[in-house]
Amino acid sequence: MLKRTPIKNHVQEIQLISQRCIIMLVGMVFLVLLLTLRLGYLQLSKHALYNTLSNKNSLDLIPIEPTRGLIYDRNGVLLAENIPVFSLDVIPFEVDNYPKALAEIAKIIPLTDTDIAQFQKQLKQHRRFDEIPLKLRLSEAEVAKFAENTYRFPGFLVKARLIRHYPFDASLSHTLGYVGRINIDELADIDATNYSATNYIGKLGIEKYYEDELHGTVGYEQVENDASGEPVRILNQIVPIPGKNLYLTLDSKLQFVAEQALEGMRGAVVIIQPKTGEILAMVSQPSYDPNLFVSGISNQDFEALQNSPNRPLYNRALRGLYPLASTIKPYIAIEGLDSGVITPSFSLFDPGWYQLKNSDHLFHDWRHHGHGTVNLLKAIVSSCDTYFYDLAAKLGIQRIDHILSEFGFGELSGIDVDEELPGVISSPEWKRTTKGVPWYLGDTIISGIGQGYMQATPLQLAVAVATLANQGQHFTPHLLLKEQEPGKAAVSQSPILINKVELTNNNYWNIVISAMQSVITSPNGTGYLHFGHPAYSVAAKTGTAQVYTKQRNETDEDVNAQSRLPEKLRDHSLFIAFAPAENPQIAIAVVVENSKLAPGVARKIMDFYLLQELKLTPTPNNLTSVSKNSEKNTDGLHAVS
Amino acid sequence: MACMLLVDGIKNKFKKREMGTQYRTFLQCIHIDLPLLIGILLLIGLGLFILYSASNQNPKVVEQQILHTGIAFFVMFAFAQIPPTSYQRWAPWVYIVIMGLLLAVLIMGHIGKGAQRWLNIGIFRLQPSEIMKLSIPMLLAWHFHNIHLPLKSKTILFSGIIIFIPALFTAKQPDLGTAILLVVAGSSTLLLAGLSWWFIGVIITLAGLGTPILWYLMHDYQRQRVLTFLNPERDPLGSGYHIIQSKIAIGSGGLFGKGWLNGTQSHLHFLPEHSTDFIFAACGEEFGFIGSIILIILFMFIVLRGLYITINAQDTFTRLLAGSLTLTFFVSFFVNMGMVTGILPVVGIPLPLISYGGSSMLTLMASFGILMSIQTHRKLLTT
Repeated sequence: MLKRTPIKNHVQEIQLISQRCIIMLVGMVFLVLLLTLRLGYLQLSKHALYNTLSNKNSLDLIPIEPTRGLIYDRNGVLLAENIPVFSLDVIPFEVDNYPKALAEIAKIIPLTDTDIAQFQKQLKQHRRFDEIPLKLRLSEAEVAKFAENTYRFPGFLVKARLIRHYPFDASLSHTLGYVGRINIDELADIDATNYSATNYIGKLGIEKYYEDELHGTVGYEQVENDASGEPVRILNQIVPIPGKNLYLTLDSKLQFVAEQALEGMRGAVVIIQPKTGEILAMVSQPSYDPNLFVSGISNQDFEALQNSPNRPLYNRALRGLYPLASTIKPYIAIEGLDSGVITPSFSLFDPGWYQLKNSDHLFHDWRHHGHGTVNLLKAIVSSCDTYFYDLAAKLGIQRIDHILSEFGFGELSGIDVDEELPGVISSPEWKRTTKGVPWYLGDTIISGIGQGYMQATPLQLAVAVATLANQGQHFTPHLLLKEQEPGKAAVSQSPILINKVELTNNNYWNIVISAMQSVITSPNGTGYLHFGHPAYSVAAKTGTAQVYTKQRNETDEDVNAQSRLPEKLRDHSLFIAFAPAENPQIAIAVVVENSKLAPGVARKIMDFYLLQELKLTPTPNNLTSVSKNSEKNTDGLHAVS
Repeated sequence: MACMLLVDGIKNKFKKREMGTQYRTFLQCIHIDLPLLIGILLLIGLGLFILYSASNQNPKVVEQQILHTGIAFFVMFAFAQIPPTSYQRWAPWVYIVIMGLLLAVLIMGHIGKGAQRWLNIGIFRLQPSEIMKLSIPMLLAWHFHNIHLPLKSKTILFSGIIIFIPALFTAKQPDLGTAILLVVAGSSTLLLAGLSWWFIGVIITLAGLGTPILWYLMHDYQRQRVLTFLNPERDPLGSGYHIIQSKIAIGSGGLFGKGWLNGTQSHLHFLPEHSTDFIFAACGEEFGFIGSIILIILFMFIVLRGLYITINAQDTFTRLLAGSLTLTFFVSFFVNMGMVTGILPVVGIPLPLISYGGSSMLTLMASFGILMSIQTHRKLLTT
C-alpha cells in the first residue's frame, strides 16, 4: 500500500524494549520491597497483636462450675445436697422460630406456662449463644423421647446438671435459706470470673451467708474451636475446687421435734447451747418448701405463699418483733439488785395498780385485785406488774436500757445469717427521733413490764436467757459448727464471747435463777399450770404480749375474754427457759402468736432434748430442795392464769 | 515404543543440528529452559506442601492438584515446541476465535441467568478469558512487530480496543480478577513497546476521573470489596472478614511461623479460601516471615529469568511477548500477595502455581512454554 516503506530500525526498537524492561524491573523491585515491608510490619512488628487475635479466634476458656459444698447438721445428717437432674436446654442462637419450636417440643415434653415464662425471662438476661434451661427435672421417659426426636429440634439439647436439693423440704428453709438463679443485681456484686460457670447463688439464710465458702473456685477447660465454634480438642484443664462442706450447730432431730411442737401455730422457737452460743434449733412456723425456689418458683405458687394469711415466708425467729412482755422481768430484777435499788427482801403492797405521785393515772396490774404484799421472788414467780412498775420508776429508763443491751437486746445478735432484725430498746432519744414525741415517766414505768416500745426477736430472747443461764457470759449465737475443705479435716468454729454481764454480787444470779425455777415449781408460778412438772430442773419466765389493748372493764380473770376476741387480736405468748437450772445445757425461747401455748411447746422440746437426747436422769434431791425452797418463799401466793 | 521413537527423533534432531550449530544441548533441543524449569518446579513443589496443609491434609485435593500440574507441564512442553514464528503467524486468528468464544460464554451466561466463565466442551471446561491472557499480548506484539515503534495515537487507540473489549466481556461474567489481568497483559505490552510517559500520565488522570463511572458500573459485591479494602473493620463479620482473618493468619506467623500443619487460622477454618485465593496467608502463618520471603524470592527468580529471556529475544514480537508474559506473571502474584496482606483490594486473583485450581495453572504453564520456546528457538547469530 505504502509507496515509501521506511526501514524498520530493529536496533532502536530492541533498545527501547530493553530500556523499558529495566524500568519495569526497577518498578517491580520497588513493589516487592513494599510487600516485604508489609510482611515485616504484620509478621514482625505486629506479631504479638496478631498472635493474640489468632489465639482469641481459636482458643476458648470454658469455665467449669465447682460443686457446691454440702450442708450437714451437727451429727452429720445431710441437710442440703446436689442431685443430678436432666434439663432441657435451649441455645437461642440456633433456633429460628420460637413459637413454632416451643409448640412442637411441648408435644413430646409437656411445658407449663411457668416454664415458658421463666424461659422468656432468662432469654432476656442471657447472650444468644448461652444455654438456657427451658425445663428442669425431666423424667427418664422424657429424656428418651427427646433423644429419639433430637434431629427435629436444632438448638435444643438435654443436659445433665447438678441441682441443689433440700431433702427435708420445708423443715429448715428459714435457717438454711435456698439457692436460686443469679439475678441482675447479684450479677453486679459477684466475682464475674469465679461465677462464670455458675447459675445459682445463695439467696437467703446459710446458703447466702456462707456463699463464698459453699461456692468453691471455678475450673477451666482450654479448648481449641474451629470457625463455627465447635470445640476440636481440649488442650488444658484446671479442675474446679468444690465448695466447703458446712456442719451446722443444728441438731436436726431437735429441730424436727421443735417444728412438730409448733405445728399448726404461728410462732418461733430458738434453742441455744448456753455455754457456746451454738444454735441447736431454730424454727419459724409456718414454713415453705425451698426446693420450689431452686428451679424457679411459679408466679402462682409464689403468690400463694405471699398471700397466705399465716405468712410462711416470714422468718419469725429472726425477723419477728415482739414486745418482751413479762420475760423482761428477770433482767430488770437483776439490774434492781445490782444497782442496789432493791434488796431481795424488799417488799411492797400491790393493790392491783401503781400510781405515780402527783398523777391520777393508774397503771394496772394484770391481776385486777393485786397480789398483796410482794417481794422480789413473788414478783417474779407470779409476774407481779405493780412491783416492776415501781422498780422501773426507781431505776429510770437509762439503767433499764443498759441492762437490756448488756443482754443483747436492741442490736443485731451477730448470728451468721443476714436476715435478722435488731429490735428496739426504747429510750428518750429514740422516742424523740422516731416518734417526734418527748419521753414521759409513764413510758419508763410500762418498760418495767416489757410493754411500750421495746421489741425483740425470738433469737434475742433466746440469747438473753442463755446469757442469764451462763451467769452473764454472753456468746454470739452461731449456726456454723465446723467447715470442711474438700479432702481436709473439718475446722471447728470456736465460741465467741461478746461480753460478760458483771454483777457486784454473784449471788444475785442465783436469786433470780431460783425465782425463775419457782415459776415452774411453785403452784403460784405462772408456768406451773402450762409447763407442768418435768423430771429435770427448769428456770423459766412466761410472758404475754398484748396485741389488742384491753378495755378497762375487761379483766384478765375473765378467762373467756381472750377467746371472744378474733384470733389475730389475741395475745401472743412468750416463754423463756433453760435447763437443767444448775448446769444449763439448753436455753430456749418460744413465741406463739395469738395463743397461750408457748410453755407447752417448750415443754415438749425440752423433754425430748434433756430426757431422750441427753438421757438426763432426774435428780430428785436437787429438784425437791429447789421446790421446797420456792414453796417456802412463795408462800401465800394466789393462783395465776 | 512411542517414547523411544520420540527420544530417538530428538536425538537425531540434536545430531543434525549440531552441525548447523543451532542447538547445543539436549534441553535446548527439547526446548526446555532449565533455570525457568527449576524455578517452576521449586514453586510447584513448595506449593504442594503448602496446599497439603492448607487443605487440612486432604490427599484428594493434593492428588487433584498433581493431576493439574501434570497436564499443565504437558501443555507447557507442547507450547515450548511451537516456534515463535508460528505464534506470530496465528496471533490474529487465535484472538478472533477466542473473542468469539468469550462472546458465546457471555450469551450463554445471559441465557442461563447466572455467572458463567467457561464453555463445557465434553471432556473439559474451556475458559476463554484465560486463553485471552495469552492472546492479547500475542496480538499486540504481532501488530507492533509490523509497525514502526514508538507508538502512534492511532495504534494506541486500536490497542485499547483490542484490550478493553475482552476485558469488559470478562468483567461482565463477572470475573474482575481475570479482567484486570487481561488489562495488565495488554497494557504491559504497550508499556514495553514504548508507550510515551505523557500518555501514561493522561491515562492515570483519566482513570482518576473515571473512577465514579467505574463505581457506577461495578456490581454490588465488587463495591463492597473496595469499601472493605479501604476499611476492613467496617464489617468484620461480613465482607471485611476475609481480610481481617488473613492479616491475623499472616501476623500470627511471626518470624518462623507456627510450623507446617500447625496453622490454626487455616486448619480451624477461620481463614476463608485458605487453599485457593488466600493460600499465601496460610503459608505466612505456618512458615512465617522467612517462609514468605523465600516464596517471594522464588517468584522473583522466575520473573528475572523471564526478563532475561525478554532481553535476549531476537525480534520485536518475541521481546514484547516475553516481556508482557513475565510482567503479567509478576502482577498476578503481586496483586494476590498484596490483597492477602491488605495493601490491595480483594480481587479474585489466585496465587500463581500455588493456589488450588486448574484453569489458571494451565494458562500460566502455557505462558512459560511460550517463554521457553522464545528462549530455545533463538538463532545464534555468532558462534
